[in-house]
Amino acid sequence: MTYLAAQADSFGDLWHNLADLTVSGLTQGSIYALIALGYTLVYGVLQLINFAHSEVFLVGTFGSIVVWGWLGYASGDGGGVPGLGMVILLLAVGVIVAALISGGTAVLIERVAYRPLRRKNAPRLIFLITAIGASVAIAEFVGVLTDRKPVGVPALVSPTTQWQIDPRDIGLDIQPVNITNLQIGIVLSAVLMWFALDSFLNRTKFGLGIRSVAQNEDTAALMGVNKDRVIMLTFLLGGLAAGVAAVLYNLKIGTVTFNIGFLLGLKAFTAAVLGGIGNLRGALLGGLLLGLAENWGAGFFGSEWMNAVAFVVLIVILMFRPTGLLGDSLGRARA
Amino acid sequence: MSAPEKVRPATFVSKVKAADAKRAAAVSGFRDRWSDLPKIWRILAAVAGIALLFGLPNIAIPGIPFRTDEIPNGTSFSFVLSSIAIYVLVAIGLNVVVGMAGLLDLGYIGFYAVGAYTVAIFGSPNSIVATEYPWLVCVPIAIALTMVSGVILGMPTLRLRGDYLAIVTLGFGEIIRLIAVNSAVTNGQRGIPVIPAPDKGLVEETFFPVGDFRSHYWLALVLIIIVVFAVRRLEHSRVGRSWLAIREDEDAASLMGVEAFKFKLWAFAIGAAIGGLSGALFASRTGFINSDGFNLLLSVMFVAAIVLGGQGNILGVTLGTVLVFYLPERFRFLEDKRELVFGVALIVIMVLRPQGLWPSRRRARELKDRKLEAKEAIVSG
Amino acid sequence: MRRTLLRTLTGVAVAAALVGTAACAPSDKSGDSGDGSCTYKIAMMGPITGDNAGLGKPIYQAVKLAVDKHNAAKADKCVTLVQSDDKGDSAIAPGLASNLVADTNVLGVVGPAFSGPTSASGDIFEQGKLPIISASATRPDLSTKGWTTFHRTLGNDASQGPAVGKFIKESLKAEKVYLIDDTTDYGTGLSEQASAALGDTVIGLEQIQPKQTDFSAVVAKVKTAAPDVVFFAGYYNEGGPLAKQLKAGGVEATFVGPDGIKDQGFITGAAEAAEGAIVTCPCIPAEKATGTFAADYQAAFGEEAGTYAAEAFDAANVFLDGIAAGVTDRAKMLEHVKAYDKAGVSKQIKFDAQGEIDKSVIVIWTYDIKDGKIVAREEIK
Repeated sequence: MTYLAAQADSFGDLWHNLADLTVSGLTQGSIYALIALGYTLVYGVLQLINFAHSEVFLVGTFGSIVVWGWLGYASGDGGGVPGLGMVILLLAVGVIVAALISGGTAVLIERVAYRPLRRKNAPRLIFLITAIGASVAIAEFVGVLTDRKPVGVPALVSPTTQWQIDPRDIGLDIQPVNITNLQIGIVLSAVLMWFALDSFLNRTKFGLGIRSVAQNEDTAALMGVNKDRVIMLTFLLGGLAAGVAAVLYNLKIGTVTFNIGFLLGLKAFTAAVLGGIGNLRGALLGGLLLGLAENWGAGFFGSEWMNAVAFVVLIVILMFRPTGLLGDSLGRARA
Repeated sequence: MSAPEKVRPATFVSKVKAADAKRAAAVSGFRDRWSDLPKIWRILAAVAGIALLFGLPNIAIPGIPFRTDEIPNGTSFSFVLSSIAIYVLVAIGLNVVVGMAGLLDLGYIGFYAVGAYTVAIFGSPNSIVATEYPWLVCVPIAIALTMVSGVILGMPTLRLRGDYLAIVTLGFGEIIRLIAVNSAVTNGQRGIPVIPAPDKGLVEETFFPVGDFRSHYWLALVLIIIVVFAVRRLEHSRVGRSWLAIREDEDAASLMGVEAFKFKLWAFAIGAAIGGLSGALFASRTGFINSDGFNLLLSVMFVAAIVLGGQGNILGVTLGTVLVFYLPERFRFLEDKRELVFGVALIVIMVLRPQGLWPSRRRARELKDRKLEAKEAIVSG
Repeated sequence: MRRTLLRTLTGVAVAAALVGTAACAPSDKSGDSGDGSCTYKIAMMGPITGDNAGLGKPIYQAVKLAVDKHNAAKADKCVTLVQSDDKGDSAIAPGLASNLVADTNVLGVVGPAFSGPTSASGDIFEQGKLPIISASATRPDLSTKGWTTFHRTLGNDASQGPAVGKFIKESLKAEKVYLIDDTTDYGTGLSEQASAALGDTVIGLEQIQPKQTDFSAVVAKVKTAAPDVVFFAGYYNEGGPLAKQLKAGGVEATFVGPDGIKDQGFITGAAEAAEGAIVTCPCIPAEKATGTFAADYQAAFGEEAGTYAAEAFDAANVFLDGIAAGVTDRAKMLEHVKAYDKAGVSKQIKFDAQGEIDKSVIVIWTYDIKDGKIVAREEIK
């Protein structure tokens, strides 16, 4: 076939697009990282894969779209991008609403699907099954509400180039890359959110509570820590991060369907494991690395192998360093 | 927030719990009485039960519309039965890995896919090799290949424990699916048609006519009985006891001289082989496979099915699989809310009965112990 | 002991009663497309639930519209519509097919919607001599399997692909074309056909995955290649976000897509990036169509007719015209379908010997997307 000639030099392909792939990998990785925070927090405290976390993210995406719709900004109404002040206001409202809805959903899942099992001290596999149940139920609920059709996001930010980096200036044969305001915003927001969570965990009394339960829940209970409240708080924090990720995702991708959660959740979980599950810094690092690996892999092997690259990286990492890059355990690593 | 434990009057929840406890007692009472029966009675009852299963595609009871072809917008009952029988076989294989050896394998569907594709590639005239081997030749190849892939996956990953193993196997399942989608050998979503019936080339008049799936069901049933027999023997042998020990406490087991890695690898290989066998059945029954049939969600559903039914217990696992895969076919009138109802039902059942609907006795006892521990923890905390 | 037994029996009876009532509830409801006294049935087979439900729904609604219209006009020859939800899954389709074949009152099937399920169930329909007309399965080899019962109301990939190539080369005068397909058999089929027609002008090919949402790697590659035209062979679910992200990534090329993106869902997904995109489709524009299909659909379901709705409406009408003309069995229906030659809303409906739309009446149109609407551009001759 004719296109084979154009495909011949995979490595040249990757090298040529390296700058572009790197930037998009970091952007994508930031979103993985934010979702991964939720997995990592819950795992750190309960040693539990919150399989339904992907749907916590999903409701956030729809929540922000609905609230923007109420404020008069829907997709495809041809209004163009609103003024700067309005955009900031809309984004703020969107982030707050998405974070609250996601956080609320996370807490609800904890109450309905996990807490009764914790009372019975059920094995972790059972939690996994109720989590799957919750995940299916929420995704399908959204599917029924939206008629299983893609829902568009209003154009709040039109990506404009902020910087151009041209590696050819320093003699590298790499195509120049334009970095847009949106990409900068996404990466910055992710790092900020991570920083806020990290500070919360390390500098506040609530954070101390979470860390103490993560280290040894029985001892923490003996010392007067209200375990249920700490666990709820953990779910809430993970939900808030997922809500922020949801808005960033909306701005970046521009459409949402009811079934996006599963794969994205899987990737984010992969990112969490990659960095060392139960470890906030690990989630950030893992997210960014996974984004990069995927995009570079797609550049080299072709986009159809993008997901395969992600999982191969995961398997290789776990084989040689089973606790992830930065080690696991929220309690120990941060103590 | 108020204190976590309050003394409450008999609420709905506590009533349901009490009723549930009563039912559980009735079940175990039934079980005791069953094992008290003379052996000849038990054998007779089992034979009658199996006969009923074999007759199922031809049975209809007026007034109880359990057949999926009696309802509006329904589907062929023998087809549903054959699907369920194949899935039960998958679940029995997965139960070896999850229920007996305690290894959480979320990518089990990968083995099922390897088995199905092996039969398709070697059996179909439309595949890349077009060897057109008969089904009976393809099946051993499929089983051998899946065992090998089980060992290949197990060798590097079985050093991992718990959730890490789960996520690695999930990744493996996804990689197999992506290969099915993208590779030229499997022909992606276009798939491989004209997969031979199990008796093709052996007899003049086939027992597997187009559009009639009863023979496929019966064949699957026979294989289930054979496999169940074999697995039960295994369970009560040295291998089975090693699995049990590893499941309970791997470190203690190793200390007592159980070669944990070796037996875990065996569990993987045996589970994989059963998965491959069911894949082979599936490919032949459907006559056409493509990459759509092997998504990860199905893998997760199998784990859900065996936990729902009661892991470790073959009958419980069967019950779980039947429920997970029969009910959505039967309740087609719920239309696009079927899955939603399924998700909610999964939560409710697992919260009320974490041990599953029909657990193995040992598992039920383990859970009771854990529950007591939890109570003590609350009292002492 | 007797009491437990009694209680168990009561429990079983109650459960059976519940199942029984549950089963009766929907059958009362099914009267809304023709009351229960209608003898003959036509079926729609395609995804109603699951990930692909978005593509099945317009097809189902269009068939329902046709049936309702028919029943209103010919109450004495009214028709019941059967909905066979295959989820677009070839592992479910054969059971439904066999159930439809078993019901001799079913005289025709609109579907299966997808090529995979069609491949998996074609033999069963053929064996039952039940005529099927798919409104959306475009894989070329479906018509060459020797099935006399298979028909479709749209051109296959082999007819659309070359026309797309010709259009891009001659009308758009593109010198550099980038192909992207979605690894479904629809997408790969089209991109292969288009690639053959475009020859040297193709400067790159990328494949994305169904359900993929982030296309940054593709965008990076396309941007470097700087094509004049990007041809995306796939469905609107991925096409919308892809177009949006291409534009956001600074790709200025004209976005061209096939009938799989001719849906309001594409415009929702791509938003402002949809402006200026071009859609090719083997269907004639609504304003050139006879009758009031578009308006009726809008009135009945409160939304614009989606992808393949017009084709499905035509397919249903082929069967309904037969029943109106007094056809009472499948053999007669097959003859009627073979001899059919009438203007439909998507095109002239006339099948050739293999069940394809007659080559002489296939028209391929292009559409512009302007101000969030799909408007006719020109016919590719």
